[in-house]
Amino acid sequence: MLDDRYQLAFKAYPYQRSPDQDAKTPVRHPVVIMGGGPIGVATALDLGRQGIRAIVLDDHEGVGMGSRAICFAKRSLEIADRYGCAGPMLEKGVVWNVGKVFYEDRNVFEFNLLPEDGHKFPAFINMQQPYFEQFMIDRVRELQAKGAPIELRGKNRVDSVEMKEDHVVIHVMTLEGPYTIEADWLIGADGANSPLRGMLGLEFEGRVFQDSFLIADIKMKGDASFPTERWFWFEPPFKSGASTLLHKQPDDVWRIDFQIGWDVDRKEEMKEENIRARLDAMLGPDIEYEMVWSSIYTFQCKRMDRFREGRALFAGDSAHQVSPFGARGANSGMQDVDNLGWKLGLVLSSKAPETLLDSYDFERGHGADENILNSTRATDFITPKSEISKIFRNAVLNLSEKHAFARPLVNSGRLSVPCTYDGSSLNSVDGLNAGPLRTRPGSSCPDAPLADGFLLPELGDDFVILAIDAEAPGAFEQSGLNVRVVSVSSVDDPSGQLAGRYLGEAHSAVYLIRPDQHVAARFEHFCEASMRAALRRASGQEA
Amino acid sequence: MSDVNLTPNIDRPDDFYADLLGAHEGLSKEQSDALNARLILVLANHIGDSDVLRGALEAAKL
Repeated sequence: MLDDRYQLAFKAYPYQRSPDQDAKTPVRHPVVIMGGGPIGVATALDLGRQGIRAIVLDDHEGVGMGSRAICFAKRSLEIADRYGCAGPMLEKGVVWNVGKVFYEDRNVFEFNLLPEDGHKFPAFINMQQPYFEQFMIDRVRELQAKGAPIELRGKNRVDSVEMKEDHVVIHVMTLEGPYTIEADWLIGADGANSPLRGMLGLEFEGRVFQDSFLIADIKMKGDASFPTERWFWFEPPFKSGASTLLHKQPDDVWRIDFQIGWDVDRKEEMKEENIRARLDAMLGPDIEYEMVWSSIYTFQCKRMDRFREGRALFAGDSAHQVSPFGARGANSGMQDVDNLGWKLGLVLSSKAPETLLDSYDFERGHGADENILNSTRATDFITPKSEISKIFRNAVLNLSEKHAFARPLVNSGRLSVPCTYDGSSLNSVDGLNAGPLRTRPGSSCPDAPLADGFLLPELGDDFVILAIDAEAPGAFEQSGLNVRVVSVSSVDDPSGQLAGRYLGEAHSAVYLIRPDQHVAARFEHFCEASMRAALRRASGQEA
Repeated sequence: MSDVNLTPNIDRPDDFYADLLGAHEGLSKEQSDALNARLILVLANHIGDSDVLRGALEAAKL
């Protein structure tokens, strides 16, 4: 009745009877989240920290097996830092900067991500997805101990929903039978095959890529090792795949992805002897290794038309899917949560109108489009679809060995960076004409060093006025929104990075920053009337 | 904004044309296709300007 559909890496939220199951009438909760994966748990953390009751329902009792998403981008770590769980991620994760590109038997070039200085977090860490989930669940447990109203209910499967004008009725199945609850808002964080999407009859169209990839996670035995770099082969001489990616993970585990074509016998390919044959051809006969996990995946690039349907909101893979090239899956889901959490919080506490949630659809829809575009382009480069596209692809690779100009054309995945919400109704007109483009309204705030620590942790997760070399009031209040004021001076950062990222040619700046650390408005000087208008706009109270 | 130059601009057109054919001499169809692709990429990089490149793509479609 509630059979596991997949194997667990570990149990994290075993079934426990909830008082809701004995209630005479269905209990109403502000937010119910379908899906206890990384996006569902992150949503619960975001809301729980705001004191909003969040119930996560999952039909399993813990974290699924397999390394799956292994590349976590700076922005995801910054979001996790707001939630209070980035420390263990950074400690566990592998930081890498060097990438090598091979074509046939040649290392045609290598690149260094050259991460920009003056950020608390690295550009990327590699880490098996179960760790990412575990550290967030650990944080949920810590917050629960302090009274945060978060509940993770394992073996609670949502079987059907009824959409009402101002709530959703949710029918849940458990090992002890069914029960019903209600939610003001239902979050569909139930993954790529989202049952909720099906229950609401929502279309999910997109482009299927006719290729499959075999993942093998292996642990080297003896002295054998590879450096901590990302190696990507186009048409490798060892013929184990049309392309191959090698990446380091924690615990001395290496992830290898072989592109194995569309018409494959999955059962046959998944046999250990056949996976080993591919690995041996790549690694050579003398390397000994242990196989940790393997899987075959295919992928699609698609998104829902709308991420909001009445009282249901979709986040993560349920709302959009991309190819794995560029690490835009879990990382974009984290940005969804980041965007949705504060908006839902304001709506639930009546500090913003419900229409604020439409900006979630606009902004994250924009993000999904950007991710799909990038990921489709990478896929077209990695797996050329026609004779001529292959001719150009190979021409680029051949030229890249000799000439630097061709290297930016090589696309083995454009790595995830946060999206700028250009055109969002929450943005005010840019009032800092001499300011840097990268911090224009809609941008995610880049980190910068301060005299003692970093900027982003100072911004926290409320609306904040950031005054740089500018006069500003001590605090600011409007329609129930308490805005903190953070005043900093560019001389606190002798490296000049703060000024470079936030002042540009301007002598002073006053930023209004949203709870998700995106810029809502910026001016050269503080002006109360302009700031109030910007705040009304950023909280959806004024178009 | 600049437009792709579609007026005669090559110093010695006959010499260039001969060099172009010369570069392909003795190549198989596959090698010629690859050479053409590399040549387009080299020239495109030299131009750089995306308006000119878009204009060139349009002009080439006839």
